Amino acid sequence: MFATIRHWLDARFDWDDLTAPLRHKTVPSHRLSYWYFLGGITLFLFGIQVATGILLLLYYRPGANEAFESVQYIMTRVRYGWLIRSIHSWSANLMIFTAFAHMFSVLLLKAYRKPRELTWVSGVILLFLVMGFGFSGYLLPWNTLAFFATKVGTEITGQVPVVGKPMMIFLRGGEEVTGATLTRFFGFHVAVLPGLAAVLLLLHLLLVQRLGISLPPKLEVQWTANPSAKREMKFFPNFLLREMMAWYVALGVLGALAAVFPWNLGVKADPFVPAPAGIKPEWYFLFMFQTLKLIPSKVWFIDGEVLGVLAFGLVGLLWVLLPFFESDQPTRTKGWITGLAVFALAYIAGMSVYGHLAK
Amino acid sequence: MNGDQLSQPEPMRRRVIGIFLGGGLLASFASFIYPVLRYLVPPAVADLGGDEVVAAKLTELKPNRGKIFRFGSRPGLLIMNSDGTYRALSATCTHLGCTVQYRSDLREVWCACHNGIYDLNGRNVSGPPPRPLDVFDVHLRGDEVVVSRKREA
Repeated sequence: MFATIRHWLDARFDWDDLTAPLRHKTVPSHRLSYWYFLGGITLFLFGIQVATGILLLLYYRPGANEAFESVQYIMTRVRYGWLIRSIHSWSANLMIFTAFAHMFSVLLLKAYRKPRELTWVSGVILLFLVMGFGFSGYLLPWNTLAFFATKVGTEITGQVPVVGKPMMIFLRGGEEVTGATLTRFFGFHVAVLPGLAAVLLLLHLLLVQRLGISLPPKLEVQWTANPSAKREMKFFPNFLLREMMAWYVALGVLGALAAVFPWNLGVKADPFVPAPAGIKPEWYFLFMFQTLKLIPSKVWFIDGEVLGVLAFGLVGLLWVLLPFFESDQPTRTKGWITGLAVFALAYIAGMSVYGHLAK
Repeated sequence: MNGDQLSQPEPMRRRVIGIFLGGGLLASFASFIYPVLRYLVPPAVADLGGDEVVAAKLTELKPNRGKIFRFGSRPGLLIMNSDGTYRALSATCTHLGCTVQYRSDLREVWCACHNGIYDLNGRNVSGPPPRPLDVFDVHLRGDEVVVSRKREA
C-alpha cells in the first residue's frame, strides 16, 4: 500500500531524490548532544501556539468593549476553554524561555561561526519576533495589567529621538492606548507576525538542513585529527525519535503547568482608574525594564530613558551581527564572544531576578 | 552594413528605455506605497472634551480624598484638600504615561508604575517623573465641581 503510493509519487516528483537529504542527514553524537534538542522543542511549542491560537480565534473578539468579555466567555462557558487559553499562555512563556536557552546554547557551543552566520541572524530576528508576539498578545485580553504594560511599553518606544513619536502613534493607532491599539495589536499578533515568522522559520530550517549540525570547536579538532573517534547518528529516525521524546516531556510539563496553574484573566482595563501598584512587564522584558529603572533620569544632558532605549537598540543590532565579529584566524582574543555570552546570560538572569524582587 | 555601425546607438537607446522602464516602475511603486503609508497613520481624533468638564458633584468627595475624572480622552485627578478646597491636575504621569492616584496617607500624588511622587501643586518631588503635572482651574457652579484648562496668558 505505502510502497504503491511511494512509487506513484516517485514516478512523478522524483520522491526518493527529494527525501534523500533527510535520509542522509546525520547528527553528531557526543556528551553535549542534548543541547541540540532545544531548537526542536521551541519549534514544537511554536506549533502548539499556532494550534491553540487558531482555537482561541474561534471565540475571541477584538475591541475594547468585547475583548475582555470574550476571553471571560472562553474561560467560563466554552468547554475546556480555560485549558486552551492556559496552554496558549504557558506555552508562550515556555517557548520564549526555550528560545533564549537555544540561543545561549548556540553561543556557548560556538555554532554561529562560519558558515552559519545567516542561521544565527535569522534566529535572533525570530527571537525578536517571538518577543513581539509576547508583547502584542499580552494586550489582547484587555485587562488592567496589560493596559498599563502596553502604555509604558509604547511610551518607551516614543522616547526614541525623531522616529519615536510617529512609531508610538503607529503602534497605538492614536495618541493614547485605546480600543484602536487593541485592534492593531490583534492584527500584528494574528497576521503580521505569523507571516513574518513563517518565512523566517522556513529560512532558518532550510539553513540548518543545508549546513548540517554544528560541532563544538574542540570536538571538531579531535574528530578531524582522529576520524575513528567520530560518532554520529542518523537524523531520521534515530534523532527524530529522541527529539519527539523531548517534545513529549515538554507537552507533559506544559499540560501540568496549564492545568495546575491556570492563567489568570485579571480585571478589565479601565483607562480612567489609577495604575495599580506593582506594575511590571512580563518576565522576559524585566531585565530591560529594570535597567531603564536604574539609569538616572539625566545622564549629562541626555534623558536617561532615551539613553537606555538607544543603548538597547544598539546592543540588539550588534547581537544580530555577532558572528561577523569573530575572525577566522586563531588569535588570543578568540574567547571574547564566549565571555560576552556568559556576561549577557549573567546580566539577563541577574537583572530579571532583581527586577522580580524590587518593589 | 556591419555590426560596428549598428552597435553604436544601441547602449544609448537601452539606457533611455531602461530609465523609462525603471522610472515607470518606481513611480507606480510609489503610487502603491504612498496610500499604504498614509493609511497606516491613524486619523487625528478631535478631543471631544472641550475645555471644561464637570469633574464631580459637590457632595461626592470627602476632605483629603481624590477622584479620577474624564477630561476629554485623558484622565484628570480631582483632590479635595483637608480645608475643603479643590485642586485639579492632569492624571497622566509625565514619566511614562501611567495614571497617577492621590495618596491620602502621604497627602501627595503617587504613580504606582515607577514610584513617582508629585506634591499637590503637581510638582515632581521624587522618583523618575521629568516634569510637573498640568494644573487645571477649578470652580464651583451650583452643586457641580467644574474643571477647566488654564487660559494661556
